[in-house]
Amino acid sequence: MADRDMKALTDDIETPVFETTAFTAPPPLAEATVALVTTASLHHPDQDDFAPADAGYRVLDGGRRDYVTGHWSPNFDAIGFGYDMNTVFPLDRLDELAERGVIGRVSDVHMAYAGNQFDLSTIRMDTGPAGAKWLRDQGVDIALFTPV
Amino acid sequence: MSTLAHVFEAAGIATVALGSMRKQIANTAPPRGLWCDFPLGRPLGKPGDAEFQHRVIAAAFELLQSEGPVFAEFPESITDDGTGVEACPLPPRHDPDLHPAIDEARGLRPAYDRAVERFGNRMGAGRVVDADGVVDAIEALIRIEAGTPWKEAGIPGIPARVCQDIRGYYETAALGLSDHVPDAWAGTRWFLDHTETGAVLLGARAAMRDAGVKQPIWFYMAPGDH
Repeated sequence: MADRDMKALTDDIETPVFETTAFTAPPPLAEATVALVTTASLHHPDQDDFAPADAGYRVLDGGRRDYVTGHWSPNFDAIGFGYDMNTVFPLDRLDELAERGVIGRVSDVHMAYAGNQFDLSTIRMDTGPAGAKWLRDQGVDIALFTPV
Repeated sequence: MSTLAHVFEAAGIATVALGSMRKQIANTAPPRGLWCDFPLGRPLGKPGDAEFQHRVIAAAFELLQSEGPVFAEFPESITDDGTGVEACPLPPRHDPDLHPAIDEARGLRPAYDRAVERFGNRMGAGRVVDADGVVDAIEALIRIEAGTPWKEAGIPGIPARVCQDIRGYYETAALGLSDHVPDAWAGTRWFLDHTETGAVLLGARAAMRDAGVKQPIWFYMAPGDH
């Protein structure tokens, strides 16, 4: 087992192609509110676990650190995240950047989706836009997306 | 993930997406994409290395300076050569009357508890079976490996999910048995290739495959290259 073998298993999975690319000009980073959005299926222990093909999202409280991965795929290394959550969800790093004034502030809330989706229509048309609107309504200007 | 970046960008949030698989992030082409040639599951590269993680984030945020869609590559790669294995001292046999996998799983409980105390419980157990239920779940796999049809073996949930909890229990215990940052896949290789329960899990999976169980039921009990 090597990482290259695991990547080869999924390297040819068909990916969506967007005819146009949306583009939002960000405010200056030092004035921006920054959130994390991950597809690592993270959730708090008291939230619902992700179901198979779950296209929904979970709101993650930035004041907590009890993030659990509910991802259904066995095809990624999990012990790195087990050792240090910042390997996937670098919230401590964002906090440090805010303390240094590199970013304006870290959002109080963040989001998680499940990355193991084969039918992306719900995420594209429903839960994605809903989550994005909700996060925008929380005052988020910039989101850093992380996979597993 | 890159699909979500398109959606969030359209909603008025400026996004930067990290990707570990070049073809996927290049094809989906999020508004700002940074390909990082790191092992799957480690998008920030190095656990426990804040300085390295900051370099990745700085490279990602640099893309916010672009006046249009942009794709870039992080200049450093992290390669897994497939050989790293957690060096975990397994507990000695305690009760010779037990199946060795059961004896082993019970013996690892102090290490598991120690790791949860130190690191938290981020990768299981607890999705379907918690730490107290791991032994029963392994017993079900032992029955499957011995020939019991999986639906009659008492497995306490969808096999893939149960196996994720067992793997999570073992890899969490591995954190309690080692004193270093684990290499990518080192915990998984240790569990599947060096423990009694890993052998049972792979045996049960093979038995299900050979019995004609539908592929999605048994395949996802272990990483796809097994």
